[in-house]
Amino acid sequence: MMEYHLQTPLKKENIEKLNAGDIVYISGEILTARDEAHARILEMREKKEGLPFSLEGAVIYHCGPLMQQTKNGWKVISAGPTTSGRMSKMIPSLLKAHEVRAIIGKGGMKGVADALKSKCVYLAYTGGCAALAAELIKEVKTVHWLDLGMPEAVWVLRVEEFGPLIVGIDAKGNDIFAEVREKAQKQLESKK
Amino acid sequence: MSSKISRGSFIRSIVDLLRKAEIELPDDVVNALKKAETTEENEVATSQLQAILRNLEIAKKHGVPMCQDTGIMIFFAEIGTEFQPGFDLEAAIREAVILATVEIPLRPNAVDPLTRKNSGNNTGVGIPDIHWKFVPGNQLKITVAPKGAGSENMSSLRMFNPTETGNIKNFVLETVVNAGGMPCPPLTIGVGIGGSFDAAARLAKEALLEPLDAPMEGLEREIFETVNALGIGCMGLGGSITALAVHVKTAHCHTATLPVAVNIQCWANRHSSIVFRGDE
Repeated sequence: MMEYHLQTPLKKENIEKLNAGDIVYISGEILTARDEAHARILEMREKKEGLPFSLEGAVIYHCGPLMQQTKNGWKVISAGPTTSGRMSKMIPSLLKAHEVRAIIGKGGMKGVADALKSKCVYLAYTGGCAALAAELIKEVKTVHWLDLGMPEAVWVLRVEEFGPLIVGIDAKGNDIFAEVREKAQKQLESKK
Repeated sequence: MSSKISRGSFIRSIVDLLRKAEIELPDDVVNALKKAETTEENEVATSQLQAILRNLEIAKKHGVPMCQDTGIMIFFAEIGTEFQPGFDLEAAIREAVILATVEIPLRPNAVDPLTRKNSGNNTGVGIPDIHWKFVPGNQLKITVAPKGAGSENMSSLRMFNPTETGNIKNFVLETVVNAGGMPCPPLTIGVGIGGSFDAAARLAKEALLEPLDAPMEGLEREIFETVNALGIGCMGLGGSITALAVHVKTAHCHTATLPVAVNIQCWANRHSSIVFRGDE
């Protein structure tokens, strides 16, 4: 198990060396996106419209943060990962359209390991650890698509040493979640 | 006979109750997580459990919700037959949720199911969800259980044939395997058996409120041990602790039915209670 400290924007060579099970810390800029934001990104692609933010070399964080508006702008209260599984069907199209290099979330994503190959890694952040995550988010840079509601909007966050993140699916096709699931499934079958 | 409590102080108490539920876990849940951290041998799983315990410390220290999914508010109220509030309790609870959303703050989670428009204040048609039960006496006990979506989405209900009691355990296991890491294990698993289509789900949800250190019996223990042998582990990254507890609640059902509901709860088994006393 290796430990890496990466700076955004991520390059292909940053993520190609990562192996499932490694630990990663990210510094720089990350963008939150959930169901509605993923859907809108794909919709705009369909209509050939440009996005108000760049996804090239980007790190997407599956997170619907709890924010508070203060006199000095937005403040992060609590910002842990959301269930990535809900977005898995949209990931292959998203990765075809944009050079996203890392997706942070929880719970893994079924059927995306191929789409991630040589392009992108899936990093698991401990679900529910939202107060811990908020401490590592140093600044809310901006917000897009607030019309989708606070959880579904795209929040651009500056983070420092964001982690520990476990490489759940690497860019070589290894998927810890799938391995664990297959073992559990076998165990279940043997009990029948 | 009427309650001593004013509407204003009732609302204040409910806001405080919500705050407590969002920031701190009950002792039995914290103890179960600590025990899991010491017994788990998988390195990755241990790192995840350590993050959870550290997160709880930070949430408490800063007075912020432990999880950004502050849930939808589910209330269980046990009202004494002699308890007379003198004001509309449901309206007051609703007002408390709106206030708490701004004050704690809570993430606005309540949306119209079809338009997906967010109400912005955690209330809406049927939300907060309040369940009333009459009990003897002159007290009012209110429990709030903020329920997050990650684990709720992994829950399941099936109407079995009456002769299929032997399939219940497997149904729970299938539900847990299918959920994998998505509901944020280590889980509390509530199983409702019997009642009706909707009553089974209610029983399963009530089972989540049982103390985690309460002894597990028969079917509970059997499911618990088999679930933990699946190797799903904390966050689905592998490990020996997938569930902290399994609790089963049953009710009589129609002779031709066997409803079984499995309500999945993430590690953040949040709930908190308060008792209001009426006049002596």
